Order: sequence, then structure tokens, then C-alpha cells
Amino acid sequence: MRGSEVGVATERGFVIDRKDGRVQLPGSLHTNRRLSQWLGFDESGVVNVYTGKVELGQGILTVLQLLAAEELDVPLSLVHIHSASTARGPDEGVTSGSLSVQDSGGALRQACAEARALALGRAVALNGQSNGAIAVREGHFYNVQGASLGNYSSLLQGIDLNIECSGVARPKTATERRLLGKAQVSRLDLADKVFGQARFIHDMRLPGMLHGRVLRPPTLGAALDAASARWLTYETTTLPPGLRCWLDGRFIAAVAASEREAEAFASKLTARIQWLSGAELPDVNALDVFLTSAPKETTLAFKRGESLAKGEWPIDGLHHCAVYLKPYLAHASIGTSCAIAQWDGQRLEIWTHSQGIHNLRDDIVKALAREPVAVTKDAITIHHVEGSGCYGHNGADDVAFDAVLMALRCPGQPVRVLWSREQELIHSPLGAAHRVELRARLDASGRISHWQHELWANGYSSRPGRAAVPTLLAASERADAVTLPLPINPPLAAGGGADRNALPAYVLPHLQVINHRLTVMPLRTSAMRALGAYANVFAIESFMEELAEQVGEDSLVFRKQHLDDPRALAVLDTVVQRSRWWDKRGQESEGIGHGLAWARYKNTGAWCAVLARVQMAKQASEPVQVLNLDVAVDVGMVVDLDGVINQIEGGAIQSTSWTIKEQVRFDRERITSSDWSGYPLLRFSEVPEVCVHVIDRPDEPPLGAGEAAQGPVAAALANAVCSALGVRVRELPLSPENLLRAVHAANRA
Amino acid sequence: MFHVNQHPVHFAGDDKASLLSVLRDELRLSGPKFGCGEGECGACMVLVDGQPQTACNLPVWSVQGKQVTTVEGLGTPQCPHPLQSAFMQERAGQCGYCVSGIITSAAALLTSNPSPSREDIVQALDTHLCRCGAHNRMVRAVQYAATLSNLASPS
Repeated sequence: MRGSEVGVATERGFVIDRKDGRVQLPGSLHTNRRLSQWLGFDESGVVNVYTGKVELGQGILTVLQLLAAEELDVPLSLVHIHSASTARGPDEGVTSGSLSVQDSGGALRQACAEARALALGRAVALNGQSNGAIAVREGHFYNVQGASLGNYSSLLQGIDLNIECSGVARPKTATERRLLGKAQVSRLDLADKVFGQARFIHDMRLPGMLHGRVLRPPTLGAALDAASARWLTYETTTLPPGLRCWLDGRFIAAVAASEREAEAFASKLTARIQWLSGAELPDVNALDVFLTSAPKETTLAFKRGESLAKGEWPIDGLHHCAVYLKPYLAHASIGTSCAIAQWDGQRLEIWTHSQGIHNLRDDIVKALAREPVAVTKDAITIHHVEGSGCYGHNGADDVAFDAVLMALRCPGQPVRVLWSREQELIHSPLGAAHRVELRARLDASGRISHWQHELWANGYSSRPGRAAVPTLLAASERADAVTLPLPINPPLAAGGGADRNALPAYVLPHLQVINHRLTVMPLRTSAMRALGAYANVFAIESFMEELAEQVGEDSLVFRKQHLDDPRALAVLDTVVQRSRWWDKRGQESEGIGHGLAWARYKNTGAWCAVLARVQMAKQASEPVQVLNLDVAVDVGMVVDLDGVINQIEGGAIQSTSWTIKEQVRFDRERITSSDWSGYPLLRFSEVPEVCVHVIDRPDEPPLGAGEAAQGPVAAALANAVCSALGVRVRELPLSPENLLRAVHAANRA
Repeated sequence: MFHVNQHPVHFAGDDKASLLSVLRDELRLSGPKFGCGEGECGACMVLVDGQPQTACNLPVWSVQGKQVTTVEGLGTPQCPHPLQSAFMQERAGQCGYCVSGIITSAAALLTSNPSPSREDIVQALDTHLCRCGAHNRMVRAVQYAATLSNLASPS
């Protein structure tokens, strides 16, 4: 059935392969070409929409509902969106990279346009002699006389929707649209959430469901001590009825009939066992040293103009070099990772909040390949159920495999596994530590002639489904353990990974980007919102400010001197013009700082410019207070205006939290930031006022908004701190300790 | 015996069990969420005799004879609490995992202070964590709910 899709399976999620000789279709329609994969029409008038993308809190279901209602001219309430399932609907890889609006939305628009054209053709035929336009209102087709010719379901009766889309039908033009960018609609998923109705995977309760907990080695290399292993093995033979426990390598499962029993059982076991430390972790206070000295694989990610090897720079002109550092960050979902799995002896059914159910299925097949009875792909059905926001690759996939392993030992009964808060913070993959060294030369006119971006970081994706071995955590803990593959970087053409946004969008005659990917992984890392763009944009936009200062130019003017992209100029001008406080910054009191930054996400996505206003604390030990963020964004055609504002606002606030406060802490043995006191997030009293200015471009393709703000916010904050403090802070977070260190370093210099 | 959303509850199990586990496991409520188990994030917030309390670290013996209210007890789709209407209207949330706890704390605030300032709201919600960054929308929703409540019950 999916034979034609085999070709994309190995790189699912990175990029849609469009050079395959087939007629180009928009978004994921190119790889999921049949109408029936996307749409179904009920007699009642309900339109069933199937998507391969999943709701992460970004509001994608609401966007898809709007797009379908717009193209089909059916009431919003009759558009029923079905979350991703391997049993039905398109395979759209992973919900990541701010691609859902363009890939799933673009596909759905076209599929709807095709369905509409088919129904319209029928309506015209039915209408016979009486010529004239057919109108579509509320899902019904009317002739000029106002007589109804039927609805989608009746008109499409007998037409096989299991056909490939032709790509011929034309979606509505900007002037034909009545909803997009204008409609004030309810968020599809929010009602259940405000009334406390069961909507999250955590709320699912299946008949006969068991509850599982996992006990995990604290780090990737830690081992269970021999006495603990012996005790545990004995303990498993003397358990009271209803409790089950087993040891499989370093993977310890505890299963009980109720959640309370499972919790108590796991606590008891945890208290009795000891882990032996694995390999030493890096020194958290010397990440710079670790990143530059760790084994690595170096690639020249991009080169234009002259080579910029050290010592070969033009000796004239103004030279500047600076190093920027970002620590490990945690996804830090508020709800912990959770999954349910059921094995009936032949089929495996899984409910998960994974971002990529098809990728997860591929990895589960690989991970179970050595079982006595291997489980084939066809025997596994995976359904997406909403979880707490994940912000990238958290523990969702890992806990799903934990549940699978337990379900296989408890045939016939669904097993629900929930991670603890500590597990969520220490076992979910982290966002990578990242070092950037920037060098530039300015010519006599004060223009940048040469630029070099050199970065050191782990790869930015350990997502399942892309390596020869599974990336699921338990697969590396079982008796027949596989070594977790090193995280990889998506190709730059697909947005890049560590090098995402390492290419500045400025006009630079001589440019090169060097990527040092670490070939060791002491702390497990993977995709976290914006990938490398967060650290790279922080570095580039801090550096631009430093260069402007060196030539004595206003930093906005300096940026504009190096820009020729009208949409970049437009977000910069818009944010400056619309801000209520930017032009009054000269009159502000001491201790208040202002900063500017911008980027185009992935250099192919949304344009975003940010102004930040901060207040320095009176005491050096107190954190910086962020007062205001003004953000201008261009996401092309706006589908759901409030949805765009919500994503940008949320991205800006989350980035403020990362930038001001966050840092995963560890000693040489284990991660120590294992609760909310150890890994504090921005609180209500610390959240700035955020003003979002959206530039709607109805004639341009829509772009995602979820990851546009993070990099620019970090740099705008660093620039604002510098303007207030008079000292450049190049190490994140902008915490009291790092500020103090920068001040001391500046005083020594 | 204690009351949850005005229904009497007799819990015969271990009275050291957390209130959250009884609400979710025995009473099958979904509103209060597990987030940390240590009372640090607020996802499990409930009202005990009208006062916001984290249910995850509250032993069930401590609520004997008391009135417990969860987000389900504040309102229903048919008869929403002004806060629930306001959160819908303002689209105050992203993933929504923290929302039921936050609405619960806000309900206690509006009862004691029907016209809170922005600062009052921020203080009342400061023990809650939201990772998506929907804070400002939620503060706005509480302000809007205050106007809805005040319209509904003119003093």
C-alpha cells in the first residue's frame, strides 16, 4: 500500500524529496498523494480531516480546521480533525521544524481544493441546462436560482477518493478567502482543557489497565551494582500477587494494578538499589574547555569567497573576534512523559504523545528485532494522543518503548507508564551545549568584508527512525543493549542542525561556516526548539552589535547597511516604528537597557525582529528583570492570527526563561538539576510585557511561527544587558553569576 | 469523609495516600494533573475549603471533613465559571497542561478579591509554572473573568 513511500522513509521528517519525477504537489501531499488519506465526507455533512501532524499546544489542529473550512466553504464546527495515527491518514514524519502549516496545511488546502472541484463538477452536471455559477455555502452547493444541488457527501457519492490528487485544482486566492487571517475562532483543544475533561494521554484510562514505572541508571554509562542486582533478582521471585518486577540488563520495570501501588513499589525499589557511576561527565563550569577539546568531526558547512583560514586574513581593516557559549538546556515539560501500550500476542497498539509516530514505529521494530518473536511493522498501530508541551524531542518516544516492553510481558492488558519529575528532567534528551567563535574583518568604509562562524556542539537530533539502530533509551539499557547513536545534524538544505542559522542573512562577500560535531555524548542530547538557531543567532546578533560599536555606528543602521532582503528590512522597521518605548530610550533612567536583534528562521522560514527592554537589579546577586519585548514577525500568509501571536509570544517568553535563568547542572557523576528548584523556569512575576506585531502577506505562502523568536530574543536580551551594564556578556544564561564574571573579566582587561 | 465538588467521598484506603491520587484514581477526575509530586509546579492545584492547595503532596487524611473543589467543580461546558469562559475567549493557553491548576488558583483569588489588579493576579499565580509562555494571556483572561463576574453579580 505504501510502496511508493519507501523512498522517503530513511530521511523522513528532514525534507520532502520532491525530485522524484512525479508531479509536484504542495507540502506533504507530494508523498501522501491520495485524497482519501486526507479527507472523508459523512452524510451528516461532517468533513473528516486526517493529518500526520500532531497537536503540541501550538494550535495546529485549529489551523487545519480553518484551512479546510476556508477551502471547502463548510462550517468550522463540521470540520472534524483527526490526530495522527498509523492506522489512517498521511505519514508526515515528525511534527517539527515549524513546518506543519506549510507541509500539512499546504497539502490540506490542495486536497480540499481538489475535493471541491470534484463536487463542483458533479453539481454542474446535475444542474444540467441551466447555466450559471454554482455557489458553495455552508457545505451545500446551490445554483443561481438558489436551489440546492446537494452537499459534499451526496455529490461525491460514487466518486472514489482513493485517487491521486492531480495538482490541477487551484486553492482560493487571497481575495476569495473569508476566514484566513480574519476569523476569531476558538482553539479546538482548549475547551476540554479548561473544563478538566480527559484529553491528555495522562487522562486515558483503558479497562484492565496496569501501571508501570521504570528505574533507570542515572547516566548513560551507569551500571547496577552486583549486590543490588542479586537483591532485585531475588525480590522478583517473592512478590505479592499483583506486583511484577523484572531486570533486563540495566532496565528495571515495576508493574502494578493501580498507579498508587506502582508508585509505592517503584519508590521502595529505588531506595534499595545502588548504581555505579559510568564515565565522568564534563565539568559544568568549563563547558568551553569540554567543547573545544572533545573528539569531533569537522565539516565546512558553507563557504563563499576567499578562504578564511587562520593567519590568512587580510591584515588591514578592523578585525574582531568573540566567543559565545550556551549551556545544556532541558525541555522541561510540565507534564511528565507518558504512554500506554497493549500486546494481545499478535498485535501491538500504542498511545503516545510522540512527535513522530511513524518514526517511533520504525525504531520499535528495530529495537524488537532480536525478540524471540520479532514484532513486524504491520503488527504495530500507533495513535497520537496529546501530551504536555514538549518543545522538541523529550521523553515521549522513550516512555512509549518503556510501555511496549512492559506490555510484551503482560499480554492482554494495557500498560500505562509515567515518568517521574526527576526522570523527565534527567532522562529526556537535553538541548546541546554550544560554543560559537565569530571572526570578522571590516574594510575602510566600515563594511564587513570577511566573516567566519565556527561552532562546537553535539548533533541536534537523536530522534527515532533515522539511524540503523534505535535511539530509544531503553534499547540502550536492556541486556542486549545497543549503543545510542550519536545525534546527527539535518542537512543545511533542510534547515540544518547545530548549524541552523549559522549563515548570517547579511550581505557578506567572504563567508565561511565551520561545524565541529562532537563524536562523544556524555549527556544525551537531541532536538530542542529552534535547534542551533538559538545559540547561533544569539552569537551573530550579539556580534553585529559589537561590530557596530567598533565602527561607532548605530546598530540598526549598521545592520541595514548589510541587508538587501526587503522582508528583513520590513520586520526591523516595523518593530522600531510600532514599539511604544524604543524611541524614548534616551530618556530612560540608569539601570535600564535596550537591545535589538533579528533573524529569519532557518534562512527560509519566518522573519522576526525583537526589541528588548531590561532593568538591571540593584544587587549583583539578583537576576535581570526583563520589562518589555516587542516582536515583529512576517510569517507570510496568516492563517490564524491569534495563533501566530500566541506562538511568537510563547516562544519569546520561553526564550527569556532559557536566556535569563536556565542551565542544566551536573556534577562529574550525574545531572543534579532534577527538580523545579534545581531547574527553575521563568515565573509569572518575571514575565515581560510582550507586544507582537504581525505583518500579514496574504499572497505569500504561510510559514511556521513556533521557532522564529527564540534566537532573536536571546540576542536582544544580551544586547539590552550590555547597554545597561556597559559590559558584554557572551555566556548564557544571563544569570547574576555570569554577569558578575563578565564584569570581573572586563575590569581585569 | 470529605466532599469533592460537593459530593461526599469515603476513602477506605491508606489515608497517607495523596489527595491527587484519590481524585484521579478513585474519583476518575482529570482536571488536577500530576506535574512534579512535590507541590512545586501547581498543575494539581485544588481548593480545600476555598484555599488553593497542591493535591500531589497533600495526604488525604488532612482533608477529612473539608470541601475539596477541582476545576471540574468550578463549572461545566453548559454552565461555565467566568474564568473558564474567559480562558476560552482569550485563548489563554498553549498545551494547556497547567491551565486547570491556574484556573483553580485564580478562582480562589476572584472569590477573595473580585477586582484584582494585575499585580494581585501575578502574585496569586506565581507558584504556578507554565512552560509554553502563555502567562500574559492567562493574566489577561483572569482580568477579563473579573469583569464577567462583576457584571453577573452587581454589588
